[in-house]
Amino acid sequence: MTAILWQLVQVVLALATAPLVTGYVRFVKARLNGRRGPSVLQPYRDLYRLVQKEAVVAHSASWIFHAAPYVVFASAWLAACLIPTFTTNIFLAPAADLIALVALLAVGRFWLALAGMDVGTAFGGIGASREMLIASLAEPAMLMVTFSLSLVSGTTQPAQIIAFVLGGNVGIEVSLGLALAAMVMVAIAENGRIPIDNPSTHLELTMVHEAMVLEYSGRHLAMIEAAAMVKLTLYMALIACLFAPWGMAQPGADFPAIAIGMASFMLKLFVLASGLALFETAIAKMRVFRYADFLGGALLLGLLATIFLYVSEAV
Amino acid sequence: MRRAQPGGWAPMLIAAALLALPLLSLFAIFAGRKDATHGVVYAGAFLCSVALISAGLEHLGNHWGPPALVLPFGLPWLSAHFRVDNLSALFLLIVNVPAAAASAFAVGYSHHLPERRRVTPFYPMFLFGMNAVLVADDAFVFLVAWEFMSLASWLMVLADHRSSVNRKAAMVYLTMAVFGTFCLLPAFGLLAGGGGDYTFASMRLHSLGPLAGALVVLLALMGAGSKAGLVPLHAWLPLAHPAAPSHVSALMSGVMTKVALYGLIRILFDLHGHVGWQWGAAMMVVGGISAVMGVLYAVMQDDVKTLLAYSTVENVGIVVIGLGLAIAFKDDGEKSLAALALVAGLYHMINHAVFKSLLFLGAGSVIAATGQRSLAALGGLLKRMPWTGAAFLMGAAAISALPPLNGFVSEWLVLQSLFKGPAVPHWAMKFGVPVVGALFALAAALAGTCFVRCFGIGFLGRPRSVEAAEATDVTFGMRWSMAALAGLCVVLGAIPVRITDALSVVVQPLIGTGFAVSSDLGWPFLSPVSNTRGSYSGTVLVMVGLSLFGIAIALVHRLGTRATRAADSWDCGTPEDNPATQYTGQSFAQPLRRSFGATIFRARESVVMPQPGDDSPARHKATMIDPIWTGLYERLARVVDAVAERVNRMQYLTVRRYLLMMFCTLVFLLLVVAVRQQQ
Repeated sequence: MTAILWQLVQVVLALATAPLVTGYVRFVKARLNGRRGPSVLQPYRDLYRLVQKEAVVAHSASWIFHAAPYVVFASAWLAACLIPTFTTNIFLAPAADLIALVALLAVGRFWLALAGMDVGTAFGGIGASREMLIASLAEPAMLMVTFSLSLVSGTTQPAQIIAFVLGGNVGIEVSLGLALAAMVMVAIAENGRIPIDNPSTHLELTMVHEAMVLEYSGRHLAMIEAAAMVKLTLYMALIACLFAPWGMAQPGADFPAIAIGMASFMLKLFVLASGLALFETAIAKMRVFRYADFLGGALLLGLLATIFLYVSEAV
Repeated sequence: MRRAQPGGWAPMLIAAALLALPLLSLFAIFAGRKDATHGVVYAGAFLCSVALISAGLEHLGNHWGPPALVLPFGLPWLSAHFRVDNLSALFLLIVNVPAAAASAFAVGYSHHLPERRRVTPFYPMFLFGMNAVLVADDAFVFLVAWEFMSLASWLMVLADHRSSVNRKAAMVYLTMAVFGTFCLLPAFGLLAGGGGDYTFASMRLHSLGPLAGALVVLLALMGAGSKAGLVPLHAWLPLAHPAAPSHVSALMSGVMTKVALYGLIRILFDLHGHVGWQWGAAMMVVGGISAVMGVLYAVMQDDVKTLLAYSTVENVGIVVIGLGLAIAFKDDGEKSLAALALVAGLYHMINHAVFKSLLFLGAGSVIAATGQRSLAALGGLLKRMPWTGAAFLMGAAAISALPPLNGFVSEWLVLQSLFKGPAVPHWAMKFGVPVVGALFALAAALAGTCFVRCFGIGFLGRPRSVEAAEATDVTFGMRWSMAALAGLCVVLGAIPVRITDALSVVVQPLIGTGFAVSSDLGWPFLSPVSNTRGSYSGTVLVMVGLSLFGIAIALVHRLGTRATRAADSWDCGTPEDNPATQYTGQSFAQPLRRSFGATIFRARESVVMPQPGDDSPARHKATMIDPIWTGLYERLARVVDAVAERVNRMQYLTVRRYLLMMFCTLVFLLLVVAVRQQQ
């Protein structure tokens, strides 16, 4: 019963915190750039404003263009509901493991790329093509991270991995460090952050995500923006739950434990979001054809993470 | 329901269908001039497939004991043996479900074929060959049926023989088919041993020495692998599969490769007593390389059917990873893991048979409607052909392994068993499995890119040719045969536990143990090893996902406005009416071509800019090579040519020299006999 309750809390939490995280990152970046920056609540206002506006749809668009924003948003939201944030005791935990999570995020990407190509403009195609290039390297990298975690903990289920780590079965391992590095690189790439893509750019030739959604407006754009926000928070939650699960409430936990879990989750989001803002301010965007080097590096780190397990075992 | 009487109607049904198919061929030959004949033949083939499906289901559902049937023909000392066991029954389904859809499709589609009288007579023969391979119980019947399958499909590849591309495809295909049989023949010879008893039953009893055992595995891998399309024996697939009419391509790519894998499973898991883990490891490496190479080729193709054929190479690679893993686990005594890996491979075979046939039928519909199969001439078809478009989208999503469809379930199972791969206590496996895992993951992700590109360029955007702009959707029968396969993609993804239970029955005799599904999570949950190891439920995800989808729509419509305005596309303020300004398949693949293709495929791009004042168009040219074709096949062909040149001289000797040569040969043979008797 409690599992269903906490699941419902998480469904709401995943949606409610996402714009705040994005707003906070933008706020910190503005401050680091020496600007005042908008309030951290600005993304909520932006979304509300977009929903109010009428949607403009090109004549050449098919039903894919209309359906995609909702599919993209629902798949990101669903994925966010599956990752334990403040407690592992959530109803949907057995419905998907990390592999299914990767595939669920691929569903959103598949539709978004199709939507980008639907109207038949050059920018939509350019964005879709680059997004899929990034995905074809980021997705295997993430699967290799899953592989190494599964070798360490014997499971691909996030809730079980957390139980294993919190049970004190894991010391500091080289391969976990490598896996964390790979995971962070994947998260940066998948969310279109610097150095892969610049979320605030509107310079045509450097865009990836923005180029795909160029034709969207009104409520459709709101859905896609919201999906991107949920996805950013989701990756932060994922890194937090896999590599720093401390403070998370276990099944059978009482109310104070849940409160601690909630507070620690917020703290983790705060740290990760600040780190992201700092990193993005300090680094420059790279060329499109360098993506393969960056993400190939992530894939190799993931592979090394699994192989290092045996090396450390043998030594 | 368990039937007390073994046998019953199912074996009769199989026999009747196998007799009816050649008769249909004869009918098509003699009555081919009449228009109605083609419809009748395809309808008959459809009924035969339905009969074989029901027999297969009956067998798998009721487990009637394997009835053996011996017919008095074949080699003089050997009658023809037939038998249906669980494995054959499963493959009867894998073959005949897509075959039924393809036959139903062909009733309408054959009108669009310019050379249909060269296709219809061979189609039932092709089905007969594939089904007879499955029920064969001795090497003789197996190989004869195998050749029926090869030659009938070869004749259909050659149907449109006026095109030189097709003639080249047919030539390469014939060479590879001969090579395949040439490998299988000695493999069966070694399995039978010196006794010369070619029944499968006696092969199971005959134990092989280490050298003969290794040779059998190698020959089986080459023989069945060349038919299935494993790298480096894949070269004929992307030539021959697209050359045949689309309903035949669907069967060649979706089904015939599965019959080849059936042969591989039959030899490696059933007839061969014991295959070492090294072979499993080798198969995993070959499978991983096939998967990545296949999908990399596919993502750069412009011809839809060639793209689909290359993607078959990828999927066969994935299946072979599963089979190799099963062999390694089995040799190591990890029987339940071996069962898991084999179930994963079989599941992927079922899924690939369904969605690859669907995609080829979709490509056939596009060809029927537009006459075009190059992505560069398509576009905007989803609006003109909503049925075909929706079905193709379903196939594309399924083959990209997107949940909740079937492709994801089997790839999830393969990954779960791969993650257990390091359990085999050999260092080569411990280090090799992560590498194969990385190859597999890369292939799976690239497949998504490949089909986003294929669907996005072909069906979305604006039409790139007059034919595409004026396309209309295909007829009723063709639509529904695609819709049925699309529905299967959903069903096979929604009830994974039912499928793995059925596959467990098939795997049981081959591995020695079934596939343990822990059931305390309930039927929607697939959790192969244990509850805590990892679980997945497409059904739950769909239900929750759909509710979230509904909530999102309701929320947006409640909070905001539903007003929508249709307008011209914005395109950053510079919209251009010319459809040539859209992204094309070549431009979509460019980042991948640069990132992956520059070294392996020697992909090169060049731009030809006319001088000022010259009004000829500027050209952008992208070229790439198949490294295996140029590196292996062309060299081999040169060697064969050179040898043939030398041997050719023997045709022009005098009678005296021929007599001398015969005498020398005789003396040599007598010497061999004498030496052998001395020992």
